[in-house]
Amino acid sequence: MRVYEVLFIVAPNIEESDIDTLVTQLSDVATNQGARIAKIDRMGRRRLAYPIGKFNDGHYVVFTIEGSGAEIAELERRMRVTDAVIRYITIRIDEDLKRAEKFRVRRAAHAAASAGSRRGRRTAEPVLPIGNDDDDEEGADL
Amino acid sequence: MSSEQRDHGRRDDRGGRQGGGQGGGRRFIRARKSCRFCADKVDYIDYKDGRLLGSYIPERGKILPRRISGTCAPHQRMLATAIKRARNCAILPFTLD
Repeated sequence: MRVYEVLFIVAPNIEESDIDTLVTQLSDVATNQGARIAKIDRMGRRRLAYPIGKFNDGHYVVFTIEGSGAEIAELERRMRVTDAVIRYITIRIDEDLKRAEKFRVRRAAHAAASAGSRRGRRTAEPVLPIGNDDDDEEGADL
Repeated sequence: MSSEQRDHGRRDDRGGRQGGGQGGGRRFIRARKSCRFCADKVDYIDYKDGRLLGSYIPERGKILPRRISGTCAPHQRMLATAIKRARNCAILPFTLD
């Protein structure tokens, strides 16, 4: 199971009600292929950083989709032929989320460990090797 | 061996110290810049957060090098991908004049 984030921008000349139907239409495409829409985020009308086509702003919509990947291909195909969608981008986020989760767990464990053994910490500091014997290095060369 | 000397040998392209090296002149020892994402304990940099990413693109719209910002290597990598994604969906510009 993979998690994807599909962001697309709807042209600003589309009515609010038409955007709603478009959003349900596209989410149906994904669910019909066997994916699960975890979240639909309407970010609203935002200014574009550069003009796309002849538009200077657009409605941002983000889908969070759990699926196998086949439905993403179909969804992208549909968005490509839909004129109202002026830009789309799909990002696989499950690996990033897993990594973020790992960091969080490790940090929590670390915090718990250091809170427990703060006293014995100083003696555990690594000591620099001083005055190495020459014999050692010759042995390593052979 | 003092910790000062060991620091010089450390390979790192975050500009912590300036000056030093050979030739007389003044030695500037500047406080080491710290990674803002480490301080905030950020695990994932979201490409949709235009305001955050915008603070890492100077006038020309380029990605601010970590030599300037002090960001640590893992976070700079995350930041770079986030900025590139944001550019693709018109959250950040490719160029600024």
